[in-house]
Amino acid sequence: MRTVVYLFIGILFGITMFKSEAASWFRIYEMFKFDAFHMYGIIGSALVIGVITIQLIKKFDIKSFYGETIHFYPKTRSVSRYLIGGIIFGLGWALAGACPGPMFTLIGAGFMPILIVIAAAILGTFLYGLLKDKLPH
Amino acid sequence: MNWIYSPWPWYVSGPMIAFVMFLLLMVGKNFGMSSNLRTMCAICGAGTKADFFKLDWRAQKWNLTVVIGAIIGGFIAANFMTPDAAVAITPETVSDLQKLGFNSAGKAYLPTELFETSALLDFKSLAILIIGGLLVGFGARYAGGCTSGHAISGLSNLQLPSLIAVIGFFIGGLVMIHLLYPLIFA
Repeated sequence: MRTVVYLFIGILFGITMFKSEAASWFRIYEMFKFDAFHMYGIIGSALVIGVITIQLIKKFDIKSFYGETIHFYPKTRSVSRYLIGGIIFGLGWALAGACPGPMFTLIGAGFMPILIVIAAAILGTFLYGLLKDKLPH
Repeated sequence: MNWIYSPWPWYVSGPMIAFVMFLLLMVGKNFGMSSNLRTMCAICGAGTKADFFKLDWRAQKWNLTVVIGAIIGGFIAANFMTPDAAVAITPETVSDLQKLGFNSAGKAYLPTELFETSALLDFKSLAILIIGGLLVGFGARYAGGCTSGHAISGLSNLQLPSLIAVIGFFIGGLVMIHLLYPLIFA
């Protein structure tokens, strides 16, 4: 049953990524060119609602659909890993024009070369795992 | 019903993303897509090469299910909800891209120069897809998250590390588009 719920949420996410055009390489380029408000509107409005939602969940101690407490995990403190990792991610995001969610949506939409990007992203993750202890965190 | 066939405006799309995050929280999970790449490494046996991949990937099956959903969602949206997939980017963006050799700008969902199957035979296009993917995978794990984990979930939870990561995303993106694109696609 829970599997069906996760699948449904994923489908909703995939449709949203495609229809919002956040999965479009062109929209990512346009965003970094500051040529249109579209992507900023998407991220900004998601954030405003997201912040309010999480504050309400915390304030009223709202339980999950299964009656459990909802946990939020604070991120570990650091500057270097987030800044360096973030810059590397941003370089790739702007070049491939896709981040890890929309990449999968694009398979369903029938753009087969995205499989190369995904395979490379898995390899990139693997390389990070190998080098992790040698990198500043 | 026509609105469903048109591209969704930002004020529909943004709230929908927040709703997806909300639904995941309500089933006791956290929104973050790039951790699936780590899980996929673990499934492929990367645990024998690095401790980072020694994890019980079965505990991540829920997130892989979300990924399968995202693929199905892409199929549904592209085939049944989008009669015209051309992305209406601004005329300035179109003319910038044409100067860089992207003649499909304004006429397609993704640049055919990179994402048409025939593009795979072009060494430069293939290299761009591979390098782009490598950087995304490496950077996302180094930063501990991607657009969903940091820019949406982390910032919604007012996490300073996520703000630093998102600033990093933008530094990287701006450097790529403004400084490196003219060199790569000149």
